[in-house]
Amino acid sequence: MTLGTEPATRKGFFTDTTVCIGCKACEVACKQWNQLPDDGQFFTGMSYDNTVDLGASTWRHVAFIERPVPLFADPIPGDSDETFSWLLMSDVCKHCQRAGCLENCPTGAIVRTEFDTVFVQPDVCNGCGYCVVGCPFGVIDRREDDGRAWKCTLCYDRLKDDMEPACAKACPTNSIQFGDLDELRRRAEERVTQLHDRGIGDAYLYGADAAGQPGTEGLNAFFLLVDEPEVYNLPPDPVVPTKKAGAAWLSAAAAALGLLGAAVGAVVMGGRR
Amino acid sequence: MAECHPVGFQWVMEAKLRGATIIHVDPRFTRTSAMADLHVPIRAGTDIAFLGGIVNHILQNERYFEEYVKQYTNASAIVGEGFDDTEDLDGLFSGWDPERGQYDPTTWQYEGVEVAPAAGQREMFTGEPHSERGTRVTMQHTDPTLQHPRCVFQILKRHYARYTPEVVEDVCGVPKEMFLRVADALCENSGRERTSAFCYAVGWTQHTVGVQYIRTASIVQLLLGNIGRPGGGILALRGHASIQGSTDIPTLYNLLPGYLAMPKANFDVDLRSYIGNNESASGWWSEFPKYIVSLLKAYWGDAAREDNDWCYDHLPHLSGDHSHMNTVAEMADGKVKGYCLMGENPTVGSMHGALHREGMRKLDWLVVRDFSVTESADFWRTAPEIARGEVRAEDIETEVFFFPAAAHTEKDGSFTNTQRLLQWHHKAVEPPGECRSDLWFTYHLGRRLRELYDGSAERKDRPILDLTWEYPTKGPHQEPDAEAILKEINGYTVADGEPVSGFQDLKADGSTACGCWIYSGCYEDGVNQTARKKPWTKQDWVAPEWAWAWPANRRILYNRASADPEGRPWSERKRYVWWNGEHGRWEGFDNPDFVLDRPPDYRPEEGTTGVDTIAGNDPFIMQADGKGWLYAPNGLLDGPLPTHYEPQESVCQNPLYGQQCNPARLEWHRKDNPYHRAFGDPRFPYVITTYRLTEHHTAGAMTRWLSWLNELQPEMFCEVSPELAEEKGLANGGWATITTARGEIECRVLVTRRLRPLTIRGRQVHQIGLPYHWAGRGLSRGDPANELISFVADPNVSIQESKALTGNIEPGRRSRQRRVVTSGPLASPPPGDAHRDLPPARNKPEGRHGLSASASQLKEPTE
Repeated sequence: MTLGTEPATRKGFFTDTTVCIGCKACEVACKQWNQLPDDGQFFTGMSYDNTVDLGASTWRHVAFIERPVPLFADPIPGDSDETFSWLLMSDVCKHCQRAGCLENCPTGAIVRTEFDTVFVQPDVCNGCGYCVVGCPFGVIDRREDDGRAWKCTLCYDRLKDDMEPACAKACPTNSIQFGDLDELRRRAEERVTQLHDRGIGDAYLYGADAAGQPGTEGLNAFFLLVDEPEVYNLPPDPVVPTKKAGAAWLSAAAAALGLLGAAVGAVVMGGRR
Repeated sequence: MAECHPVGFQWVMEAKLRGATIIHVDPRFTRTSAMADLHVPIRAGTDIAFLGGIVNHILQNERYFEEYVKQYTNASAIVGEGFDDTEDLDGLFSGWDPERGQYDPTTWQYEGVEVAPAAGQREMFTGEPHSERGTRVTMQHTDPTLQHPRCVFQILKRHYARYTPEVVEDVCGVPKEMFLRVADALCENSGRERTSAFCYAVGWTQHTVGVQYIRTASIVQLLLGNIGRPGGGILALRGHASIQGSTDIPTLYNLLPGYLAMPKANFDVDLRSYIGNNESASGWWSEFPKYIVSLLKAYWGDAAREDNDWCYDHLPHLSGDHSHMNTVAEMADGKVKGYCLMGENPTVGSMHGALHREGMRKLDWLVVRDFSVTESADFWRTAPEIARGEVRAEDIETEVFFFPAAAHTEKDGSFTNTQRLLQWHHKAVEPPGECRSDLWFTYHLGRRLRELYDGSAERKDRPILDLTWEYPTKGPHQEPDAEAILKEINGYTVADGEPVSGFQDLKADGSTACGCWIYSGCYEDGVNQTARKKPWTKQDWVAPEWAWAWPANRRILYNRASADPEGRPWSERKRYVWWNGEHGRWEGFDNPDFVLDRPPDYRPEEGTTGVDTIAGNDPFIMQADGKGWLYAPNGLLDGPLPTHYEPQESVCQNPLYGQQCNPARLEWHRKDNPYHRAFGDPRFPYVITTYRLTEHHTAGAMTRWLSWLNELQPEMFCEVSPELAEEKGLANGGWATITTARGEIECRVLVTRRLRPLTIRGRQVHQIGLPYHWAGRGLSRGDPANELISFVADPNVSIQESKALTGNIEPGRRSRQRRVVTSGPLASPPPGDAHRDLPPARNKPEGRHGLSASASQLKEPTE
């Protein structure tokens, strides 16, 4: 199902984590535009990350990963800094091609928009929470005060007015790039090549297309990473649960058939006694 | 830079994308380091040793840009015979005057010529003030071969010879290999084809030798030919949106707009002597009279006439040092009656908050204009010493007035940024409730004062009554028209009120008025040039039609240096301005910073004065000799060359000289401002450095009230290395108490590899990082780091040393005992003795270092 009448191009985010400076302007711009409440004040002691994860009221989240691995393979003798780097990454709803939340939603509150993004209609959502377990990334969540499910809308209201999403607008270093998906993919691939040429051989794209991530059939909000997905708190091989639904039904049917056969067999065998 | 200037940092990222190498030198691994090609952890307070090492590396390996150095710097100038270097005097320069406790700069001068500096202590010169400075600059002695033992180049070489990579490692804790990588990267990226830039912020300035830090960078950049050229320079990252504007049109006590000195009561007795003491016979400052007369005309209009010195006597005249710390110390001694704080929260943002509060308790009245009731406005109610019962609110007699201020979105005005760019902003919404702009407050205050004094026949009231104070107002609150003020700043011809087109139109005969000569041209043709917003994509790469830069919309200062001595670009790649022989003028992408029709081969004849002394190869036109100063013969109170001194409080003895600290630093010897031992104080074994976080802004009045920012950085914390955490039993996320002799604070602990111990001469040195945003009010609260910092300052600019000091850290929350030194000593006196100064400097009279303590301050405070 799509909203709107005119077909639009497919939109998304390309988040290049290698130029993220961790300023959190995206988090604040998102909260301001969408008028989201704060998550409370809690000093976590986890580097500079005090909002911890994505949730019902945090739709952009910047991760700060202090890791004992150098970014460049160009060591200076006697320098232990070379064994250290700080990865910064602005996480967001992935707007999956196979969106687990959407496919789990029994009320039709979650829809795919004319921009090919995944949108929760707050006036339809009844707060059942099925979507929450449907997301392989743990993105969508219910707000405690009203019970409904919330997540990044990819600033659907701004897109309708031909404006880019608030986070991308606020990002000073273009770590968050918004645009047509095809163009973003092209740019992202160029960037990976460039980084490889500059000695950052670990750079790769996460979720850029279905081939790379069959479990979601590709993400409209994909990432350039330089370490394993788990380092960024991302699943290495996310699979939308509904993708397994067909197989699950088949095996359930097989099991039912087997049981039926066993029951019949038991009756037959019993009759012979 | 990524931490505190994330928006400006986008251009560093852009440079990186285009292949630039980014090097970050900082005690901590920050968000900037995360983006850098190389992070160099350094012991706080040792940058002169580090940069001095680079100077030595350039000189020893002959990596300097020879033609640039010979032609555009004062490398060939010969210094007088009387000059002795710190290398000869164990850390002092010649001219130390133990009687006055300061340097006499006579021996630092060029041989036979006295020159005025472009900036700094312009009135500091030998003997009595006189206007002869620079008159003989055309007869200056130089050695173009740079071989003369007393030429600047050779002095420089000798001065920095000991700053070897090994010494850098010993002083800064930077491994030799890492240091060499930085030095080589700079050298490789400088020259005809390439340029390198330095960016700095208060990490360089807030030291007892802060000015000399930047001087050292200037030496590096001049030797490498990186000044006045695209991609070069030394970029001061200012701490607030318009703090550059507040030095150009200053909130500083010792400056008038456009870096004209505030008159001194003791020798600038009339306009003639004031001009004589401030103009230079050579270089651009020979234009000084035009600027001061036009300023006086702007201030006092028709009342300013030639026969009354253009109302020169109406200007305040300085009778002493009225800088921030002196004023607060005097306040604490009961000598100051009133205090206006406009958008400043000094009990949190400045050093030694307790001493500030002590001062404010002794005021008759305090005016605070801010967005929220700051800790400074609420000092009488919620200060820590009140919470602990050390001071009772009912005993404080200060009357406090709080005025809510309008935010920048609620008023018209301009911001002047780091790049000297004036950018206009328009009011988006009316300020809520009683909030008003600073402009409104100042204008109506002046208007009401004039009404109060109206009809007075007393001479002392003339400065207020004669002021030109007629500004159009608009709106329901009679808001003054900000553009009308911009027009006055731009300057106009008195006869018809038409805007002048720039400072070249200004006259010393009273026919022009101008509020700030360097801003002249910002309202050229009656158009607000600062409001121009033509995107860079629609003009050439210098983008001269985006806003307006002072002076004369020039985007790079001293850009004559972007061309070789013959006026040709140093290289195609770096072409910027050049001499067009056919047109007989300088041309380029930017407005040339030079006398437009002066050919490169012009040389002034002996005895020439004024702007005519600027030779065709003198790019540094503000200097009396037109050269970039590797060596500063004048203008600095603490020596002509930067020298490594340890901070006032250090964990190390100065390995280079017997003189431990900057001998000319300003100290405040008071019971309520105790210092630690100079080095090796067993009570305070760790280095402390303070800084800002991206998520909050300075003293927090703007940010600690916003939940969206508070959730990002919810609490005061310290950053420590895992090694220090283990040594002291500090738990990540737990509490720690940090103490100095001035105060005690508690905060959360963040254990991180981003801080790491340095090895200094075989010893492990730990550094503790402290953000300083928090205090007792707002939605997120904590103890202010600046409670820990003492009153001690750089002598040139009276800036405190808050980026390198010593302290102690213990696990757990702070004790319930006394918390601030203003209520009595916090620690026992320092054990043993560690001299900061050599005998000649040690005997300096205390009074020369800040104001002398009166007898009452030397006693214990009474209960």
